[in-house]
Amino acid sequence: MEEVYALCVGVLTTCGLFLTLRGRTFSVVMGLTLLSYAVNLFLFSSGRLLLDGAAVLGQSSSYSDPLPQALVLTAIVIGFAMTAFVVILAMRSRADQGNDHVDGNIPPAPAAEYRRHKRTL
Amino acid sequence: MSLLWIVLLPLLGTLVPLFTERFGRSFCAFSVAVLPAGALVLVLMAAGDVFDGQTIRQSFEWIPAMGLELSFRLDGLVLLFLLLILGIGLLVILYARYYLSSKDAMGRFYAYLILFMTAMVGIVLSNNMIQLWMFWELTSISSFLLISFWSHKSEARKGARMALAVTGAGGLALLAGLLLIGNIVGSYDLDTVLANGDLIRSHSAYPAALTLVLLGAFTKSAQFPFHFWLPHAMSAPTPVSAYLHSATMVKAGIFLMARFYPVLAGTDLWFAIVSLTGLATLLFGAYIALFKHDLKGLLAYSTISHLGLITLLFGLNTELAAVAAIFHVINHAIFKASLFMAAGIIDHETGSRDMRKLNGLWKYMPHTATLAMVAASSMAGVPLLNGFLSKEMFFAETLNQSTLGSLSWMIPVLATLGAAFAVAYSLRFIHDVFFNGEPIDLPKTPKEPPRYMKIPVEILVALCLLVGVFPGYVVEGLLNVASHAVLAGDVPSYDLAIWHGLNVPLFMSFFAMAAGITIYYNRRHLFQFQSHFDEPDAKHIFEGIIQSVVQFSQRIITKLENSSLQRYILLLITFTLVMAAGPLLELQNNTGPRTELPLNAAVITGAILLIFSAVATVIWHRSRIIALVFLSVVGLIVSVAFAYFSAPDLALTQLTVEIVTIILLLLALFFLPQSTPRESSPGRLSRDFIISALVGGVIGTISYAIMTTPQETISSFFLANSKTGGGGTNVVNVILVDFRGFDTLGEITVLGIAALGIFKLIAGMRLYMPISDEKKRPWSNDPHPMMLEMVSQSLLPLALLISAYIFLRGHNLPGGGFIAGLITSVAIIQQYIAHGVNWIKPRLRIDYQWLIAGGILIATATGLGSWLFDRPFLSTWFDHFHLPLIGEFELASAMLFDLGVYLTVIGATMLILANLGKVSTSERMKVTAYVENNVNKHDKKEQN
Amino acid sequence: MQHLAIFPILLPLLTGVFLLLPPLSQSIERQRGIAITASLLLIVIATLLLLTSNQQGTQLYVLGGWQPPYGIVLVADKLSTLMVLLTAILALAAQLYACAGDDRKGMYFHPLFMFQIMGINGAFLTGDIFNLFVFFEILLIASYALLIHGGGKQKTKASVHYVTLNLVGSSVFLFALGILYGTIGSLNIADMAVKVPMLSAEEQAITKAGGLMLLVVFGLKAAMLPLHFWLPRTYAAATAPVAALFAIMTKVGIYSILRIHGVIFGADAGALANIATPWLWPLALLTLAIGTIGVLASPSLRLTTANLVIVSVGTLLLAIALHRESATSAALYYMMHSTLIAGALFLIADLVKGERGKAEDRYVVARQMQHNKSIGIAFFIAALAIIGMPPLSGFIGKTLLLQSTQGTLEMSWVWSFILVSGLAVLISLSRAGTTIFWRISGENINQDKSSPLKLGAVYLLLACSPLLVIFGGPVTEFTQAAATELHATISTHDALRGEQ
Repeated sequence: MEEVYALCVGVLTTCGLFLTLRGRTFSVVMGLTLLSYAVNLFLFSSGRLLLDGAAVLGQSSSYSDPLPQALVLTAIVIGFAMTAFVVILAMRSRADQGNDHVDGNIPPAPAAEYRRHKRTL
Repeated sequence: MSLLWIVLLPLLGTLVPLFTERFGRSFCAFSVAVLPAGALVLVLMAAGDVFDGQTIRQSFEWIPAMGLELSFRLDGLVLLFLLLILGIGLLVILYARYYLSSKDAMGRFYAYLILFMTAMVGIVLSNNMIQLWMFWELTSISSFLLISFWSHKSEARKGARMALAVTGAGGLALLAGLLLIGNIVGSYDLDTVLANGDLIRSHSAYPAALTLVLLGAFTKSAQFPFHFWLPHAMSAPTPVSAYLHSATMVKAGIFLMARFYPVLAGTDLWFAIVSLTGLATLLFGAYIALFKHDLKGLLAYSTISHLGLITLLFGLNTELAAVAAIFHVINHAIFKASLFMAAGIIDHETGSRDMRKLNGLWKYMPHTATLAMVAASSMAGVPLLNGFLSKEMFFAETLNQSTLGSLSWMIPVLATLGAAFAVAYSLRFIHDVFFNGEPIDLPKTPKEPPRYMKIPVEILVALCLLVGVFPGYVVEGLLNVASHAVLAGDVPSYDLAIWHGLNVPLFMSFFAMAAGITIYYNRRHLFQFQSHFDEPDAKHIFEGIIQSVVQFSQRIITKLENSSLQRYILLLITFTLVMAAGPLLELQNNTGPRTELPLNAAVITGAILLIFSAVATVIWHRSRIIALVFLSVVGLIVSVAFAYFSAPDLALTQLTVEIVTIILLLLALFFLPQSTPRESSPGRLSRDFIISALVGGVIGTISYAIMTTPQETISSFFLANSKTGGGGTNVVNVILVDFRGFDTLGEITVLGIAALGIFKLIAGMRLYMPISDEKKRPWSNDPHPMMLEMVSQSLLPLALLISAYIFLRGHNLPGGGFIAGLITSVAIIQQYIAHGVNWIKPRLRIDYQWLIAGGILIATATGLGSWLFDRPFLSTWFDHFHLPLIGEFELASAMLFDLGVYLTVIGATMLILANLGKVSTSERMKVTAYVENNVNKHDKKEQN
Repeated sequence: MQHLAIFPILLPLLTGVFLLLPPLSQSIERQRGIAITASLLLIVIATLLLLTSNQQGTQLYVLGGWQPPYGIVLVADKLSTLMVLLTAILALAAQLYACAGDDRKGMYFHPLFMFQIMGINGAFLTGDIFNLFVFFEILLIASYALLIHGGGKQKTKASVHYVTLNLVGSSVFLFALGILYGTIGSLNIADMAVKVPMLSAEEQAITKAGGLMLLVVFGLKAAMLPLHFWLPRTYAAATAPVAALFAIMTKVGIYSILRIHGVIFGADAGALANIATPWLWPLALLTLAIGTIGVLASPSLRLTTANLVIVSVGTLLLAIALHRESATSAALYYMMHSTLIAGALFLIADLVKGERGKAEDRYVVARQMQHNKSIGIAFFIAALAIIGMPPLSGFIGKTLLLQSTQGTLEMSWVWSFILVSGLAVLISLSRAGTTIFWRISGENINQDKSSPLKLGAVYLLLACSPLLVIFGGPVTEFTQAAATELHATISTHDALRGEQ
């Protein structure tokens, strides 16, 4: 089970980072959201995985480590605040600069070799 | 008597002119002179003891950590320099009173001048190397201010900058040198250093220390090849040139060499560097001086040459040479200061300094002419004048050294050559200016200057004669004590007589005279020869170098900082990769002993779904709506995963947050392009992918390694104390509101601030309203579907009920303020969606900003409550009560805290979403209008 | 006063909250009054705290009464209280300056400013690594909101970069925290420091990865090469008082490196001792170099100042990399000096910009300024101080640092880099000053005067420099003590864990 979990975390991280490296604000925002999922899962796993353990005292003998859960909760809330801010910032940037590129200006079209590979991403 | 006052009096004097300026120029000058005069009196009072061979010391604690203490010493050498600095300083004050025009800011000028005097006095009196350096740099600063006194002139600014840069660089070198010496000796106290000469000279760091210290000295004393700043410093007012750039500041380097003579001199390295530099400077200066048409230019280069002469003498490593050096310091200061003052008078009375125009001034100003001629002859080394005596000693010393081995004869020969040029340019100064026909179109008709302007010159010229004729009575004593201090031991016997009989030095001076006259007589050929080289202007070269450095740096910066976020993020990620991956290479096996959980179908399905939708988000990220859908799927599965791994609180929170986030993203997408264009080249895409994949791999590996290693954590404590200490059975919630309540307080603060910031963003936003999406499909203009209105209205109370329930059970069962808050806000948002802002506004009269503040306030107040019971912040209290009908129930301060969380969450979410909603409706105008009149109000205020 | 240690966090928090509520939220005048009173009060509290920590030793504040390492604990030792005091002084000056009008250029200036201070103080005081993360987020979100204060293309663009980079940084922070908790199993910094040496080889390797990832996070905050690129544009774009306050933000990163990599991964961390040092060395030198190049290249006073901040960061990182008490002590002195002066320079740049019309603060010929004299003098003082010219505070900081390297292998490197960069700064600032204040074409026509309040704020900051020199004895004594305390880690561990 753990390797599957780790795999998911890895994939989420990869996808998140890849999107944050794109040139348009919306992609970056989505990337950051994916990244935060990865972070939450990772942080959660630092308390080790446990099936049907009790979250509430007196329900079962085995308890999952509550501390990472609390940390993840805090992380989720803060992450939400940050995402919200960056989303609106993206809109503001579009409004001020007239485009949604992260640098506020569209870079000149890449070299000719790129036009040949139109089918790529 | 206190040495401290010798420094303090001038220091206070710096402020005097700023106050007395308004009372007229003469009064100002007089008042300025008072305090330095006082200092001079103090020095003279101390002189007696010094002549008896004592060294007066005084020191105060300052910054022991850096070995800096306020520490002074007064010995013969210091006495000599103090007399020069303060004596000539006073004459310059008097002179400047008449030199400055009524337009010049006299107060500022005097303030700078006295500041410089203070710095100079500080240098020579220092008994602590760091203190010495402090004052040393102060002279550079004040000289910068004085050179750029006429700051509207470009050459003044450039000259000042150049002087500052060169002397500043030297200063840094000197600091390094002094610190090295301090390191060798183990103390920055000058007495200790002077006592440890052998230790320093034998130390491995000696060459470095010597070079650095000499760099400081040479830059300050304008030694070749650092001489170039001095001629450009002449764009300062002439009193400054007379005082700083001939008599005192340029002598600071000389003083440094004299001061450290006992510890640094006496080695071959010292001889090689110092004597050769001195010789080169001597010849170079003397030669160039001859070709300067500007009076001050000629004097500047002659100063350089004489400084070279003194340096050369110190370099010769013989005791008598050192004595001669000190003697020449005195003489040069006297005659050069008077010459500069004379040049200033000529400039002042004729309006020109160009020797091609200035001719035959004898007729117009015989008095000044006489003075100038005497001083100039002294500069040339004519017998019966002070210049002659030190020059004789100099010749004698060049003869009795053999340090260049079989080439030693070169030094006296070259010295004579230099002397010959000195004679030539002195002759030119006299003949061109005062005779040689009639003046050529001068701005003013020349006349004698005001009476008092000549007094300083007269005094100095008188000194030239006195020293020249009765050296024994006038200077011998002073020279003795000074030399004694420099040599740190007995002074060799020497005799200052005018007539030593017919000997080689005498012959050398006569030869120099003859040669000089010949050179001057045939100067035309020389001038022609010289005119073949176009003389480089150091100013332009220097500025050019600086410019190219600046342009080079600009190229580098523009290359690196191309302000492309993608590059910066890539750097950040790559750096992270390097940091995280490195240690993993040391990790042998990443599978720990902890037994893993069994795989099952549910998990695999979930995993596949998660991975698929994550990858899909990436693949379709350019058609944003689709990507968003996949993104929400990912979020959903994550929350399911939390539930599956027995973390219901997380699951609930993640779910609710997910909903709000997606709503937010959808709203945003309404204003952003619906699709992303293809931009990145395949090369870049693969690069980005590889880097991200590597990081992902590393993170995954670490996570796996951690999960498979058993762990000993502090959590058992929370499980143990949750019920008894925190009064709740939902441990996670108890941690949030009690054990780590402080984190939660911070977390809701973040939420609140974010909301405020977002409101700021929205308020200033100017968005156009898209009427159709990019495929030109018009947006539905029926904003509130009937069905939705009906359903949502009936849903609202239910939603509120649920949130209340979730909130109350929070402490003991999954739930809590945060989730409840989100549910409530979602319910309200639904109303907005269903009915639109115009319908809500009159019905829901809450200022969300107050809600945020109120929430944080309640939470904080709960924490503060514990102070009443003398417990630390955020200590919780709970108890169980029994009421009839209701039965057993619990009250906990944590619930109040959670209420704060609840309110803040609602306030924040609504402030964000409601206002974002407004932007898309007619209400938007009002939002922005609010800010506008805010700003307008402020503008009005500014005008009134 | 047993609750003193938490005041630097609660006071700004409550002030900020009340500023959002009626009756204060309505009138800017009332807000100004309250905000400035709060800042003054903060200075008093910080001073008291500093004195208590100096006389009675480290003050621990155990939140909720849960004994460390289980609960969160605030640690008011010499170092942290010094930083709090520094922040308070800088904040007061920036606030006074803002009250001259900048605070009306947008909404919520004063509340956000208060939250910003709260975040910074919290980061300095907390002894719990996750709590450190929370306070980082507070100061970051506040800085985002303050950065866009006043609006305009430049600010928006700068914010997009600054915010995005820092969000990625925060994720890295959380990854690192997950790693550290996963292996060490604790969040209390001192407790972690005690447990680190007991880890197994495998755990050590993973922990090292976590520790180095933290170096990335703090490096990003501190603007350490290659993570410094965001700084110049961001600081140049920010409204003057905000930029001035930001002068302390890079120092938060430096401080965290001192705390985390000095204590958890300090000399006593066994196999994980000083893991950051091999990276800090080259990066510090390069940061210093790139900052200096940036100073030479800057076309305007604001950019020059921003690059000067990078220079100071490089210098401080060098001092940290030296791992010596004397070096740390020098770093603390230099940190106070450079922070205050950099703040002053940002304000001066804004004064210049305000009075020079179209020329703004660029190094070009322009008309005479209204306050040419007073602003010129201010610039002259600030320049001397930042260059490291006596008799102002800069030269003491630098000299102390040079002295502290004596006898180390790196000595020649440190000396040459610091001295050369000093010379470069001297040259470029002399050019800047002579151009702005002396290359004048024609008399002043535009009547936009800058208010005396602004000048007052600037001179308030500048006054600190000579004071740091005059009272250099006691100040260096204190920094020495703080450095000793920081380096004597073992004893502090027990203190922080409340096991005295």
